[in-house]
Amino acid sequence: MHPLTPRRILWVCAGLSAVLFVFVVISLRMGAYPIYVRDIVMTLFNGVIGRWDQIPSEFRLVVFGLRLPRIALGILVGASLSVAGAGFQALLRNPLADPYVLGVSSGAALGAILSLIVAPHTAGAIQLTAFLGAAATIAVVYFLGRRGGRLDSATLLLAGIVTASFLSAVIMFVMTTLSGRDLRGMAFWLMGDLATQPSIDLRWLYLVLIIAVGSIYTTSSDLNLILTGEQEAVHLGVNVNRVKLVVYISASVLTGLAVSVSGAIGYVGLLVPHVMRMLFGSDYRLLIPTSALGGAIAIVLADTLARTVVAPTELPVGAMTALAGAPVFVYLMRRRVR
Amino acid sequence: MSMVAESRTTAASQAGLAGVGTRPRLKVEQASYTYEATDRSAPKFTLEPMSFGAQKSDLVGILGPNASGKSTLLRLLAGLTKPLSGHIEVDGLEVSELDLRARAQKIALVQQESELLFPLRVWEYVLQGRYPHGRRLRFESAEDCLLSGNALAQVGASALRDRWMDQLSGGEKQRVILARALAQQPSLLLLDEPTQHLDIGGKVELLRRLRRLADENRYTVVIVTHELNLAAEFSDHIVLLHKGRCLRVGTPAEVFDRGLLEEVFEAPLEVEARANGRPRVILQGKQ
Repeated sequence: MHPLTPRRILWVCAGLSAVLFVFVVISLRMGAYPIYVRDIVMTLFNGVIGRWDQIPSEFRLVVFGLRLPRIALGILVGASLSVAGAGFQALLRNPLADPYVLGVSSGAALGAILSLIVAPHTAGAIQLTAFLGAAATIAVVYFLGRRGGRLDSATLLLAGIVTASFLSAVIMFVMTTLSGRDLRGMAFWLMGDLATQPSIDLRWLYLVLIIAVGSIYTTSSDLNLILTGEQEAVHLGVNVNRVKLVVYISASVLTGLAVSVSGAIGYVGLLVPHVMRMLFGSDYRLLIPTSALGGAIAIVLADTLARTVVAPTELPVGAMTALAGAPVFVYLMRRRVR
Repeated sequence: MSMVAESRTTAASQAGLAGVGTRPRLKVEQASYTYEATDRSAPKFTLEPMSFGAQKSDLVGILGPNASGKSTLLRLLAGLTKPLSGHIEVDGLEVSELDLRARAQKIALVQQESELLFPLRVWEYVLQGRYPHGRRLRFESAEDCLLSGNALAQVGASALRDRWMDQLSGGEKQRVILARALAQQPSLLLLDEPTQHLDIGGKVELLRRLRRLADENRYTVVIVTHELNLAAEFSDHIVLLHKGRCLRVGTPAEVFDRGLLEEVFEAPLEVEARANGRPRVILQGKQ
């Protein structure tokens, strides 16, 4: 018997953080303006210890002005989507649940678009409406996915697909009312795009991320039991309704957060938790932090590729995750998940 | 007066098998429950007030045909539903008033397991039984591991410890599920049709094991079952239900009355007494 210990969680997370750091440095290096890895590390180091005067101005602009904010946004989005996916998978007791598949991302996108049209300059409005869109969508999907009073796996996924396509149609309808210039930007954003920095300070968004992920984490022991059966969890003393409410709200917040700043990026919420399960097991006490870090790594990597493979043109990061995610998904389906 | 009608009065007068003097482990006192009719399919169902009790080391069998209220009674005993009237106490505490964790420390319920969403090792599964004894976000202690290991040993499943749950046979899985319930260290162990998917050898082995757990570890075991002969062989007390009524409570010899059982189960049968004093039911092919 080797039960999970806090020490193991720390070691695994430290390892993944190191991998993330490597990908961040690689991502910082890629781009039109070449910088050596040594310079990047020195620039980051000087930035961290506050010696700004020691950093050459062009490095400061490229690293801290352009590339790092985009990476920070990518980390935020990747962590949000992956933890939301892991949360939805437990909440709905469905291994194929993810914000994108369930239509929750589309709901959040519709909320965000409405906010962009109605109140384009209100700080935080887009995040709030995206959250409301996500929460409303998952409520509808949950309701439609029930059959005979029970949540049915196949019905739930069908409900998600139907809801997603319906919401996409509504989004298209709304977008036809926009002018041509807005339309192109919005279409790009809908595919999943990290090029536009949000109007709200990133630190606020990170605070929301930490609170939402932390809330889900407090239920991780409970989620382990819920995954072996809701009734069994009740018998073992889990307050299932409270746990579901916490996960439902937090996962909706995380989806709203990710979609509001980057549009609908698919596959990350589905695949990253699966890959982490394959690597580290399905204990949610470890799965939540590893999914957060794994999601961050996935998006940073995908965005780096999206910026560079057809440079100087950029692909939307959502297209990149779909390109890479679909084959991985097929591989996972064919391989016995263990 | 039919046997069933007559038995009702007997059951009422037999309320409380729990011996005199000591506080019973389990005490059911005039507990009743009603399901309202739903527009979907279920008609109104009432579990009429019933009383019985059990001491430490007692094994109680709840018998009755389908829709007699066995599962409802088990849910009441488990504290999952609150009785409409009366009381159900475990160690002197009202079950429906205990908070979820406190209840899970007292009562373990073994039902047909649901499908596992992600693969799990046997030891991880059994370790979940320690959940009620810790804080909300908890990491298992060395003591938890020890107790889970003991629970696996008690059901003779130590060798399965590192196997995957989805690779176990029906009998092995049943033992592991029982081990998780034992890891809860409950006073009251409730089992809902535990023999359902087992072959005859597995059924006898499980009942022997439960008998031994009750005798040696002082658990009070309550099982809902359709297996009349196994219940007669291994139970200290039988609670016989029929259409939501408790017809008779007593030792197997007291409850296994040919006329009564024939009326309740609507099947021709014979009851004979064995050398050890326990009754045995023989089904009759012809009316």
